[in-house]
Amino acid sequence: MAIEENLKIELGKQGVFVTTLEELYNWGRRSSIWPMQFGLACCAIEMIATTMARYDLARFGAEVFRPSPRQADLMIVSGTVTKKMAPQVVRLYNQMAEPRYVIAMGACAISGGPFKQGYNVLKGIDRYIPVDVHIPGCPPRPEALIQAFMTLQKKIDEQPLTGENRPRFLNQNAQGEFPVPEPADHDLEPPSNPGVWSAPVVIR
Amino acid sequence: MSIAETKTEKLDGWNRPPTMEPEGEGELLEIAMGPHHPSTHGVFRMDVTLDGERVMRLKPVFGYLHRNHEKIAEGAAYLASMPYTDRLDYFCSLSNNWAYALAVEKLVGQAVPERAQYIRVILAELTRIQNHASSIGFLIQEMGASGTPLMYAFREREKILDLFESLTGSRMMCNYMRFGGCRVDVSAAWLASARKVVAGLPAFVDEFEALLTTNEILMARCQGVGVLKPDLAVNASVTGPLLRASGVNYDIRKVDRYGIYDRFKFRVPLGDHGDVYDRYMVRVLEMRESIRILEQALPEIPAGPIMDPKAKIRGFRPKPGEAYGRIEAPKGELGFYLISDGSPNPYRYRVRPPSLINLTILEDMCLGQNVADVVLIFGSVDIVLGEVDR
Amino acid sequence: MKTFEEIKTAIEAAVPGAGVEFVPNPSPSAQHSIRVAPDRAIEIARFLRDDSELAFDFCSNVTGVDWLDKEISEKVKVKRTVTKTVDGVEQSVEETADETRKRVEPGYLEAVYHLFSIAKKHGPLVIRMRTGNRTDRVELPSLTPIWRGAEFQEREVFDLYGIVFKGHPDLRRILMWEGFKDHPMRRDYVDPDDYEYEPTAHDAVLKRAQAHQAAAGK
Repeated sequence: MAIEENLKIELGKQGVFVTTLEELYNWGRRSSIWPMQFGLACCAIEMIATTMARYDLARFGAEVFRPSPRQADLMIVSGTVTKKMAPQVVRLYNQMAEPRYVIAMGACAISGGPFKQGYNVLKGIDRYIPVDVHIPGCPPRPEALIQAFMTLQKKIDEQPLTGENRPRFLNQNAQGEFPVPEPADHDLEPPSNPGVWSAPVVIR
Repeated sequence: MSIAETKTEKLDGWNRPPTMEPEGEGELLEIAMGPHHPSTHGVFRMDVTLDGERVMRLKPVFGYLHRNHEKIAEGAAYLASMPYTDRLDYFCSLSNNWAYALAVEKLVGQAVPERAQYIRVILAELTRIQNHASSIGFLIQEMGASGTPLMYAFREREKILDLFESLTGSRMMCNYMRFGGCRVDVSAAWLASARKVVAGLPAFVDEFEALLTTNEILMARCQGVGVLKPDLAVNASVTGPLLRASGVNYDIRKVDRYGIYDRFKFRVPLGDHGDVYDRYMVRVLEMRESIRILEQALPEIPAGPIMDPKAKIRGFRPKPGEAYGRIEAPKGELGFYLISDGSPNPYRYRVRPPSLINLTILEDMCLGQNVADVVLIFGSVDIVLGEVDR
Repeated sequence: MKTFEEIKTAIEAAVPGAGVEFVPNPSPSAQHSIRVAPDRAIEIARFLRDDSELAFDFCSNVTGVDWLDKEISEKVKVKRTVTKTVDGVEQSVEETADETRKRVEPGYLEAVYHLFSIAKKHGPLVIRMRTGNRTDRVELPSLTPIWRGAEFQEREVFDLYGIVFKGHPDLRRILMWEGFKDHPMRRDYVDPDDYEYEPTAHDAVLKRAQAHQAAAGK
């Protein structure tokens, strides 16, 4: 049961701290998002720069880069996903434990970016896995990546624990495993996961 | 033993790395390191066969970042490929710009004004310093010094990136050079801040060296590991600091004297043993020589135009022919080979990637070493996957 | 460095019947090249590497080039006999006329090697080899036994162009995955039809996107 915001502030002034389980739970989750140590291309260098002294990602509780997908909460798809690499990215995503989030960092991860017309370039990682935050840029500046983290934190904060819109990891019927595409004779098979992505309608 | 004594007579047997015989009767273990591995600098895979801790066989697997740079460039106008060259070796976009501009300038016989030449040298040497600093940082990180040396390197790198950003508008993807000059002029204020950054660099290298050069762990891990003999290095087309660490005196800045490198006094550091430690040392010394070049170039930069007034910008169609232009990029010889058929697009556009070719002898260097040293030897090659796979 | 004439003479003295051909480069770079016959290429390469004067010990760059079938139309002067009526008398007169003839020059694949000398610090020497055609006679000798540095680059040329290097110790695909069927850098390669979403299409991409939309029945 939600408590009125004004009452909560008033109680806080009196030294009574009131919260909901949902708030506490989400606060804990959003304050320790551990990304996977996983760099694909140019954007990975900006990702490293973000964790270094100047931009200091540690302020957001996200400086612990885990090399193993089992220990990570967040996959930052930092760079061009090629068709040769896409099966591995999906497999890594499948190996991550719930709750898990994905940031598509940079133009390439979003849509293929400047390399979109390449024969070996996947036109956006959201064709195979669900993406929570997109940050444009080629590469995005470290500030942009921090912005993505803050957006993700806001998103986690707003996730209800029950009801229709509850996150995937609290929903027993939700899809947990995403099909891994197979490299075939000329292209990846299937070229996209219809359960995750369908071509947007271009309005001209 | 100095490397001069190990001169091998027979070259023809060298097209394959030697076959290793397992010791004892243990089972061989095959592991795939990568493409997701924290020490592979990106998406690179090594299929390693191990006998206990010893490496028996190592096969690199590429292509996880093959993003069709050459094919896209063949469908685009000459200048349209300039931003793509930034994304080859994304640590050194300005060196890549220069190599491509140089190749096209050779193709059309384009002169470059004095001031632009100076700007190019200054930017290329700044790029070299930040590349070597970060590459040493990554090397030490792979040795287990998680974070600290890399933080020192990136602290300095940020200062240099600030210079790039204020001049070109982007931290990493500078897209700055043009055929026959540069895109924007440097201001007096920029030169002043560049001088300030350069004045602080020797102290940084001293600090870096004080932490690392005589560090006991670093010496124990690096000395005598991953030895590369000079004649094999030459035969395998290895270039850059990796070649010079093996004692071969070949620096394209000295050999080709491209740009205006003949005006500056600098030395070419050479290694004596060809091991990981020598590669580290050569990079540190190259940073010092780059600082020396910068100290000479920054005060004497002349006034004048930054673009050749005769340079053709619109309707750029080189006459049929071909050209191969190369520079000494921080990773090695970066070359561009262009074939023109008279149309606005190159008929053939080929990048000679130093990172890929330097990996030719990765297996030879790793055979018989411990598996923990593989990441170290691999780190000492200093590759960037954007350039390996293009 | 020696002049091209001298290099050619030296090669032909060392490797009889080498079939060396000079290929001029009209661009201002003046990096001329020599074309060698594929069947003698190994011997020529070994000579270039081991000769003390030339000493091309460093094979810098290996490039594959795809030359498509070229239709050449040229004007030829033809002599023909024409029957004309001159001064009321029929005579056969020979006259020359211009005629446009079309012929197809068969395409081929080419491997280009850029050689430098680290010992003598000169270069580049560009050597080229041609395959018989673009389809079935695509074999060239591998120069990896001479210069180890060609190993990955020849694999790349094999992968992207489909030139089969005989004598290469480990000729596998390098950039594309195993089991990929095409050679994508060839100029007639058609990439997979994944043009379902092209928000800013123009030129060739727009055509592909429209073709895709038409095929999908939208």
